[in-house]
Amino acid sequence: MMKNITAIAVLLVTVGFGTQLAAEPISSLRGATDIDQDSSAAAAKRYNKDEEPIARDYVQQPPLIPHKIKNYRINLKSNKCMSCHSWSNYREANATKISQTHFESRDKNVLANVSARRYFCTQCHVPQVGAEPLVENSFQPVTAITGK
Amino acid sequence: MSKNTKECNDMILCRVWQVLKKPSVKYSLGTLLIVGFISGIVFWGGFNTAMEMTNNEEFCISCHEMEDNVYQEYKETVHYSNRTGVRATCPDCHVPKEWRHKVIRKIQASNELLHKALGTIDTREKFEAKRLKLAGNVWRAMEATDSRECRNCHNFEFMDFTEQGRRAVQAHDKGISAGKTCIDCHKGIAHELPDMHDVDPGSSIGDI
Ligand code: HEC
Ligand code: HEC
Ligand code: HEC
Ligand code: HEC
Ligand code: HEC
Repeated sequence: MMKNITAIAVLLVTVGFGTQLAAEPISSLRGATDIDQDSSAAAAKRYNKDEEPIARDYVQQPPLIPHKIKNYRINLKSNKCMSCHSWSNYREANATKISQTHFESRDKNVLANVSARRYFCTQCHVPQVGAEPLVENSFQPVTAITGK
Repeated sequence: MSKNTKECNDMILCRVWQVLKKPSVKYSLGTLLIVGFISGIVFWGGFNTAMEMTNNEEFCISCHEMEDNVYQEYKETVHYSNRTGVRATCPDCHVPKEWRHKVIRKIQASNELLHKALGTIDTREKFEAKRLKLAGNVWRAMEATDSRECRNCHNFEFMDFTEQGRRAVQAHDKGISAGKTCIDCHKGIAHELPDMHDVDPGSSIGDI
């Protein structure tokens, strides 16, 4: 008996969704372009010019990069970001120093140099372009940051 | 005259000098001057032509040590490809423009030819192992000349700071008054940097 009810419920839900889908054709980010046609490419966006630090939206957010980073290499031999953001260079470069958390290993041991898991900065920190969000959302920064 | 020749008897150089010193009896002064003048042009021209032939990008990357390493990296940078299409080629940054300095640099290059023959950097690994030393040579040379080769094209005085980025303006303003030079802040502008662990431990991971 129980099994039958479940089966009917599943059936109803699927049919219900099915009819709704048929009524409202899916509109993806590609727009109305058919699958077998190439959609036209959006104009290339340019990275923002250097600006002031960008306000954060939540407490553990990696701050956004407020400047260009074109051709800044990060590899095992050197890390261009650290030539300005390391504790030995930040004063001279007038940059924000990387925070204490960047010296911690996975086991919360504090290391003498930037931790390997924080070495590739652009894993978490990203520069910005002036683009509208592709999908609307109602995200609000936390009150701890906005004070409202 | 005869006295001199006698003194010279067994010294070849000395005898050659005697011949050279003797006034010509066969040719007129005019002929000699003209021949001298023309061969002067030929030699001088030849010398400068040879120098110019070795002073372009094709020559620089005709050896694989340069083509496979620094050239590939340079192709990704602003001096190879940019908005305006103005380029800086290898000799623009590495060979002085002024004749006297250029000749000195070309003579130093004979050392590079020696190491080419020895195969000192003929693999990527060997190149990377030597890289800090090579880069150091360039840095020292540029520090000594106040980055003369950069300043052949760039000049603080003609920079429109209102057009520059926020960080650039701050750094240039401070840099000029602190007497810094371009290479102090713009290392790695055209190539990958060597392992920087010994130079600036904070900006390299070192041994993990
Ligand atoms: C030439 C020096 C320089 C380099 C190289 C550099 N930065 Fe910065 N960065 C700065 C300065 C200066 C600021 C502060 C901006 C200001 O206050 O105007 C900054 C700000 C930031 C911030 C914002 C900090 C905050 O509190 O909001 C982040 C994140 C950042 N940089 C990340 C990076 C990353 C990642 C790289 C490498 C890809 C990098 N930076 C390379 C100079 C540099
Ligand atoms: C795993 C993600 C991650 C990586 C990789 C990472 N960061 Fe961060 N970073 C964060 C987060 C999260 C914060 C904010 C919280 C904090 O301070 O730890 C932050 C904060 C910062 C700040 C602001 C510090 C402050 O006091 O406000 C700077 C500057 C910064 N990072 C630079 C860097 C640089 C440079 C690198 C590369 C060497 C890097 N980060 C790598 C996640 C990361
Ligand atoms: C042959 C001329 C020439 C020489 C020599 C030269 N540059 Fe440039 N450089 C240029 C041009 C042209 C641009 C601008 C390209 C553009 O953005 O259109 C440029 C751009 C730059 C930029 C801006 C990078 C960016 O991302 O916007 C820096 C920094 C720079 N040069 C530093 C140097 C340094 C340091 C040296 C000496 C080692 C040097 N240049 C030698 C012609 C030269
Ligand atoms: C005190 C350090 C310092 C010195 C000295 C310095 N620069 Fe810069 N320069 C910077 C910083 C920081 C930036 C901005 C970050 C970047 O482009 O990586 C910059 C940016 C630039 C730019 C790009 C400007 C823009 O915003 O488009 C050029 C071109 C340039 N420098 C050329 C030079 C030349 C040529 C010299 C020598 C005459 C020189 N710089 C000396 C620190 C310096
Ligand atoms: C914009 C100026 C510039 C241009 C163009 C340039 N170089 Fe360099 N080169 C440098 C600087 C500065 C260094 C010192 C190391 C560094 O800061 O990356 C250097 C270093 C080198 C080194 C030493 C090894 C190393 O990587 O440090 C070699 C070899 C070299 N360059 C060859 C070339 C060749 C070949 C070309 C042409 C394909 C070229 N360079 C174009 C500026 C330039």
